[in-house]
Amino acid sequence: MKMSPAMPASIPDSRTLPGPRATLGVDRPMPLDSGGTLGPFTVAYQTYGRLNAERSNAVMICHALTGDQYMVGPNPVTGKPGWWETMVGPGKVFDTHRFFVICTNVLGGCLGTTGPRDIDPATGRRYGLDFPVITVGDMVRAQALLLDHLGIPDLFCVAGGSMGAMQALQWPVSYPGRVFSALPIAGAARHSAQNIAFHEVGRQAIMADPDWCGGRYEDMGRRPTRGLAVARMAAHITYLSEAALHRKFGRTLQDRERLSFGFDADFQVESYLRHQGSTFVDRFDANSYLYITRAMDYFDLAAEHGGSLARAFQGTKTRFCVVSFTSDWLFPTRESREVVRALNAAAANVSFVEIETDKGHDAFLLDEPEFNKTLTGFLAGAAEHRGLRP
Amino acid sequence: MSAAESRRANGARLDLRVVAGLVQPGTRVLDVGCGDGALLELLAREKRVDGRGIELSQAGVHASVARGLSVIQGDADTDLADFPDGAFDHVILSQTLQAVRNPREVLLHMLRIGGQAIVSFPNFGAWRARFYMLTRGRMPVGEVLGEAWYATPSIHPCSIADFLDLCRELDVAIEHGVALGRDGSEEPVGDGRRANLRAELAIFALRRR
Repeated sequence: MKMSPAMPASIPDSRTLPGPRATLGVDRPMPLDSGGTLGPFTVAYQTYGRLNAERSNAVMICHALTGDQYMVGPNPVTGKPGWWETMVGPGKVFDTHRFFVICTNVLGGCLGTTGPRDIDPATGRRYGLDFPVITVGDMVRAQALLLDHLGIPDLFCVAGGSMGAMQALQWPVSYPGRVFSALPIAGAARHSAQNIAFHEVGRQAIMADPDWCGGRYEDMGRRPTRGLAVARMAAHITYLSEAALHRKFGRTLQDRERLSFGFDADFQVESYLRHQGSTFVDRFDANSYLYITRAMDYFDLAAEHGGSLARAFQGTKTRFCVVSFTSDWLFPTRESREVVRALNAAAANVSFVEIETDKGHDAFLLDEPEFNKTLTGFLAGAAEHRGLRP
Repeated sequence: MSAAESRRANGARLDLRVVAGLVQPGTRVLDVGCGDGALLELLAREKRVDGRGIELSQAGVHASVARGLSVIQGDADTDLADFPDGAFDHVILSQTLQAVRNPREVLLHMLRIGGQAIVSFPNFGAWRARFYMLTRGRMPVGEVLGEAWYATPSIHPCSIADFLDLCRELDVAIEHGVALGRDGSEEPVGDGRRANLRAELAIFALRRR
């Protein structure tokens, strides 16, 4: 793998990135699930569309593990199109003529919201591993504080895929009166043992990199790019289906006629994964990766409610639409069904659709017509019940 | 035009109209086997109900959710168990009873989770079906089953008399019984004797005693 060993180019200083940011937890630090507190801290976010006079059309979209607040338009770090450009915009599923769409960089992230890369006001040094371990509940709490800051009483909808789905489920549980509808996509009510295991492989790869330096790498002028790249490569496999990998690459060789009988990237799939790893390190912080994967591992909505998921949703007035994908083995349909079962047990208003696709977990990022139709229909139905003008 | 087609000819199927007539306005309704959501949409529009649906087919679920209805992909045989007692005022099973694996259990669940269970099914005791069997000695394809015996989803067809027996066995109160003729005529099921011979479809509203 070709990666420069010493002094690799750093990811951009988040303070130079475009977009609004709010300083929260100033008067009173935000309580964390770990028992600690955080504050003051920053939440960087993007908004699309306009908040209506009734303040009733706000949609919170929650990004996945390595996503960010830049859903639309060229990403300021990578220059690539926004991760949900297909879904958010005028006339799109999340129609910005109709909805005021908000996306925050999650707590613990590295694109503007406070995370381990930022300076700890208590010490004047980067947090590193002194950053408190955060949870999905804490991420959502920070988003709720942002809503308070923006003067938005409640959300018309909270939506997200993967870790975004965890937040979309956490929201109506944490703030039952503040969420009219929720759209958890390719998610689960808890992180499975298999998923924790994959995350642990990623974390170990990072921490085994000598450039990680116990999390103090930036103070030493180093970055654990090799470890982070390996973590990304392992994780990336889990986002695709076997069928999609086969369709895309099969056993095709990369720029060569025959096997090299060495450990070069003979196969296209190897070359693809190496590319995924090496580009990832230019946009993501290794410590953020540790913290956010940990938050996902800790996610278990039922555990907070005596082991009963139905109890978590008891009395909820939120309209849910749960979506899964047939070929997603990271967050399989079975997990979504568990959520639906619990919502039924709570006599909640719920729709559940499994979308047929061979594109695996990442299908939620792709343009799938059936998926778009489902979301559009659900949002239209919810908007009608909310009395939102088209 | 087949009987099924003529039933569907006038916008909403005639049995759906009868079912809808039994639903009280503003109530909580669960439609089990809701298809593309036609009945739920009718009920939402005309009765302002708080409606939910369960549908086995992916196409049906997609169509329903795309219409803005709250429908889950699920199976009547397994997924009714998830719902709490008394969660709905009406639980509807429209022309689906004959297609479930365990009609008796499904009926019990409906009566548990709903105040009233509304069930419609094709009457296998109708004289046309009897005549077909009697004269040809073959399953009455097209009359009741719709498709060949090996292809039909109707794995548990029953007659009105059979259904009344089950209601007696389960000791449920029959609040309404409507028999629909092939020509769209509508009459009360009564003791079931006449209806069992003449009706093509039956619609019952049941309640636990």
